[in-house]
Amino acid sequence: MNLSLLFIVPAITAVVILFTRSLQQARALALGGSVVQLFLVGNLIAAFQRTTSGLGDGVSDFVFQQRMAWFPSLHIDYFVGVDGISVAMIGLTALVVLAGVLVSWNVTKQPREFFFLLMFLSAGAYGFFISLDLFLQFFFLELAVIPKYLLIGIWGSGKKEYSANKLALMLMGGSALVFVGLLGVYFRSGSTVTFDWLRATGSIMPVSDQLFFFPFLFLGFGVFTALFPFHTWVPDGHSSAPTAASMFLAGISMKLGGYGCLRVAMCLMPEAAQYYSVYIVALATIAVLYGAFATMMQTDLKYINAYSSVSHCGFVLLGIGMMTRSSIQGAVLQMVSHGLMTALFFAAIGMLYERTHTRKVSELGGVMKSMPFVSTLFFLAGLCSLGLPGLSGFVSEMTVFVGSWERAETGYRVMTVLSCMSIVVTAVYILRAIGSSIMGAPRSAAFLQFKDAAWNERVAAAVLMAGILIIGITPFLLNQLILPGSEKIAQQLQRIILPL
Amino acid sequence: MNMFTQAVWIPLLPFLSFLLLGFFGKYLKGTTAGWLATVFLLGAAAISFNIAYEYFFLFGKDANGVYQTIVPLKMTWLQFAGGLSIDMGLLIDPIAVMMLVVVTFISLMVHLYSLGYMKGEERFSTYYAYLGLFTFSMLGLVLSVNLFQIYIFWELVGVSSFLLIGFYFDRASAIAAAKKAFIVTRFADLGFLIGILVLSSAAGTLDFQTLIQRLTDSTGEGLHTATATGFLGVSALTWGLLLIFMGGAGKSAMFPLHIWLPDAMEGPTPVSALIHAATMVVAGVYLVARLFGIFAFSAPGAMEVVAWVGAISSLFAAVIACTQTDIKRVLAYSTMSQIGYMMFALGVSGGSGEAVDGFTAANFHLFTHAMFKALLFLGAGMVIHAVHSNELKDMGGLRKQLPVTHLTFLIACLAIAGVPPFAGFFSKEAILHAAHLTHPAIYWIGIITAALTAFYMFRLYFGIFHGATSSHHGDSHHHGHEGDFFQKLPLILLGVASMTAGFIPFGNFVSFSGRPVELHTDLAFSILPVSLSLVGILIAAWFYRKPSEMPDKVAGFFGSVFTAARQKFYIDEIYLFITRKIIFKLIAAPAAWFDRSIIDGTVNTFGVAAQTGSESISDLQTGKVQSYAAWFVGATLLLIIVFIYFIH
Amino acid sequence: MNEVPLSHFLILSTALFFIGVFGFLSRRNLVTILMSLELILNSVNINFIAFNQYLWPGKMDGLFFTLFIIAIAAAEAAVAIAIILHLYRHYRSIDAEDVDTLRF
Repeated sequence: MNLSLLFIVPAITAVVILFTRSLQQARALALGGSVVQLFLVGNLIAAFQRTTSGLGDGVSDFVFQQRMAWFPSLHIDYFVGVDGISVAMIGLTALVVLAGVLVSWNVTKQPREFFFLLMFLSAGAYGFFISLDLFLQFFFLELAVIPKYLLIGIWGSGKKEYSANKLALMLMGGSALVFVGLLGVYFRSGSTVTFDWLRATGSIMPVSDQLFFFPFLFLGFGVFTALFPFHTWVPDGHSSAPTAASMFLAGISMKLGGYGCLRVAMCLMPEAAQYYSVYIVALATIAVLYGAFATMMQTDLKYINAYSSVSHCGFVLLGIGMMTRSSIQGAVLQMVSHGLMTALFFAAIGMLYERTHTRKVSELGGVMKSMPFVSTLFFLAGLCSLGLPGLSGFVSEMTVFVGSWERAETGYRVMTVLSCMSIVVTAVYILRAIGSSIMGAPRSAAFLQFKDAAWNERVAAAVLMAGILIIGITPFLLNQLILPGSEKIAQQLQRIILPL
Repeated sequence: MNMFTQAVWIPLLPFLSFLLLGFFGKYLKGTTAGWLATVFLLGAAAISFNIAYEYFFLFGKDANGVYQTIVPLKMTWLQFAGGLSIDMGLLIDPIAVMMLVVVTFISLMVHLYSLGYMKGEERFSTYYAYLGLFTFSMLGLVLSVNLFQIYIFWELVGVSSFLLIGFYFDRASAIAAAKKAFIVTRFADLGFLIGILVLSSAAGTLDFQTLIQRLTDSTGEGLHTATATGFLGVSALTWGLLLIFMGGAGKSAMFPLHIWLPDAMEGPTPVSALIHAATMVVAGVYLVARLFGIFAFSAPGAMEVVAWVGAISSLFAAVIACTQTDIKRVLAYSTMSQIGYMMFALGVSGGSGEAVDGFTAANFHLFTHAMFKALLFLGAGMVIHAVHSNELKDMGGLRKQLPVTHLTFLIACLAIAGVPPFAGFFSKEAILHAAHLTHPAIYWIGIITAALTAFYMFRLYFGIFHGATSSHHGDSHHHGHEGDFFQKLPLILLGVASMTAGFIPFGNFVSFSGRPVELHTDLAFSILPVSLSLVGILIAAWFYRKPSEMPDKVAGFFGSVFTAARQKFYIDEIYLFITRKIIFKLIAAPAAWFDRSIIDGTVNTFGVAAQTGSESISDLQTGKVQSYAAWFVGATLLLIIVFIYFIH
Repeated sequence: MNEVPLSHFLILSTALFFIGVFGFLSRRNLVTILMSLELILNSVNINFIAFNQYLWPGKMDGLFFTLFIIAIAAAEAAVAIAIILHLYRHYRSIDAEDVDTLRF
């Protein structure tokens, strides 16, 4: 399995899209590209299963490695490889991209550029997840940021320039922090300079350096995954973005941050991670609860989902911060699950908005009558968000809770209990949103005339729903993919070689 | 014991019906969807009865004649990296089999009844799909092998209840009630979840059998850690059990988490019969019974709480029930009261000796109550269809119009009032006896509740079927019919069950130890409760059989107590105060404000500062080459001076 | 030659340089500015020649650099005058104050 194909295919698709002449051609190409990509990813998963089953039970390793010198003088390589966790994230990306292309089927404004940017962004995301060289990974991270600025700034709605600026600046700021941390890793881990992830995890950074550089890396990636108090780009960014961009943003981009926190910040500096774990957990708990309470007061559906993303990404950080084996597993599950669920939620909101031209909860109501499919979608996304068993949210949240409970210190226990409380608050805001926008009497006669979802929307929803249901009903399938990887990370985090 | 693997079909058949109707229901005309679902459920019920027969009479006992726990199927569903795992499987033991029978039977009755009751509804097939989903979840809950599996189905039951309460989704009150039910139970489930975490981390397993074994084994390590560690002076084990009981109390509408149940009556009446009377609301009792070993052996303190919460709820609800005028609400409070009975029956029993009979008594009452309470609700549904109102004042003199309903309703009332030889008498006696042994105070509460129960049930009975014909349905002769055969059949079957269920030697089948026990029926002991019940019935007859002024006089006599009871003791208002005034106003609104003003404000301040800063120095850029050159030369000279004189 | 010390050349070139700088900064006419620029370049040339002669008499580096600078100055004058001509056509003026559209 040639991993490079994963980002080459979308990149080529993106370039070819620039030479198309109409919406029809552009979207057909984008769809074709993402379907090919989905097949590639399916193939990757199958090949991964075949390869790793030979490794023995529970052994995790990076497979399909490829290495080429890139900047030899700086010891920067083109170095890729995947383990189960990255495969899971790649699978998530493939599903969200396909759904995102489908819901943008009728973009009329500059469709060529729009689909180009979507493909470009996905290429960045794929590249990020397969990189084993930190510089390469950073390169892809930046690739995934820039298209978002344009997507929001050009195709957005509302105060789009403000939101685009805010998002791009905050994410760039995060990247800058990340880069400082990476330089620390580059110069201080091991005897020679290296950006090689495998080598850097094998060697030990002096603890004082770790303590200095860890906050840069963690906070930097934390900005991407809406770490409190760096989350304010989330509500504005999402609410101004076009539907597909919101889906990409919440479904994929925020996961780049979580993945980076876990894979880069924590794995490279385990001792510092242990030192800072209590702060991480505290910030995560605040994000979980505070995001949930702030959601209760929102009146715009996109704001509701954006704030609830803050809350749900808090679970990712909580799981990461708790650093037990199950909690890391839970954090990874939550990343995948939240990616699918929030993409579905944004897709449903987009469908509602396209028809009713409002996202205000108070101006919606009773759409169940005319749009049963869209309403059911919205309903399921909501239920997944509040952690209903059978849908993916339950599996991941429960894993985070069980994992967090493994930390027996009183402080951690208190944080766990506080975070658990969010399941009630989530129920409150989700049911409020569903109760007043989907259920109820139709707001006006016009609300009885709306057309239900078209084929492209149905397929998009089906793609995401399939992911959610597969995780929710048969979690063991995803679990066997990520369990060895998260066990290995947990082991890495438990190492205490140098005294603090 | 592989013959019990067939039990997997019991939940799966309703689930298939849910899927089928959910996807293709809209293409089915007329009552086809209902019939389809009913056939599926008939299959599930047949398998349940078959299993009950095989378990109780053929293969359930081991060599010593003790009913054993059988796990015919178990698979790992979600493996946690830390060692715990959520398993999905089937667990067959006496209470599970008993519940299977109850759930499938009542659900079948409701399916049949709804064929007529819901005929002509726009979303007829959706209704049946939801019923299928609910039945699936409830049966999965009953068959759970794992603490987390029960939680999973527990939540699913909650959401199907939400869907069914909010079935008439264009009514604001229905949505509000559905939300309330879900959120209140969700709050309780928070306790359940944390309780699971506490217990599982103490025992190192989520599996029921292992869990109970580890936490009751006084030499084991699990029990030791669970009791040695603690919080606020209460051991971890007790905390865990209390929190799990909180979940149970929420689902079973125990005080003070009961507020959702009366509102839940917004759902279609057959749904109330199925979910909010016979099956889902007893899930809490089932949960406590499932973990009874741990409660009884290791945490007497938690048991005490269970007993008192049950007792208080039963009396509290009975008092409120006497004052309500909406017949479904009266029934709802009566449900709460009867579940309180079951709860305190569990709470008062100990782990051994004669005291353990409370366990059997509670399950017995669960069984009989399901029959007569479902019957009461279905009967109420008939009445409501006949007069198009839930209010008692719109009813009266309906016995001619609805003869079958009248007769079966009477049977159910006698059963719930505990009049021999109807079903309720036997189970109530067993409960009171168990309470009498260990908790005299609770025994007296039980006696008073029993009398009140008899009073308010007969208040309903006389108010509906006797007394003056209300003006409201004077014109109702054309729709005052009693429904078709399939609507009456469930009433008759349930009526027969309410009459005869008491004669089942329940102790032979369900007991904590698995060995048969003899339930107590003692004439001397029965005189007091039965006579009090009869007094209650007589008073009700005196007050309500004919229009009289007595009720108002009595109400006036009780004055503010009566008003308070009528207003449900203002519990709803307290909750509203807490949610609206405290959570929304003091937590959520400040959080949202803080986010927009402080955090976002800080971010924007950075932006504004950068902008004004750059604007203020942008004047330096004149566009005139010479001024740039002047700056350049000046700066160079400055640097030269600095380098020459200050840096060597 | 010995009676003329190096410092004289340096004083001459410094004077020339600052006259050039002064002209560059104070004149408004672009052609005069260009002429001032030539003065600056020539002051550098004098420095090169002088240092070459006094410090490394046997070498030719300074001479080469001077030749380069003269060549570049010629090319630069050609380009600069072309630019000035264009500016004149555009603005009808060769006043440096009038050419400030490159701000922001």
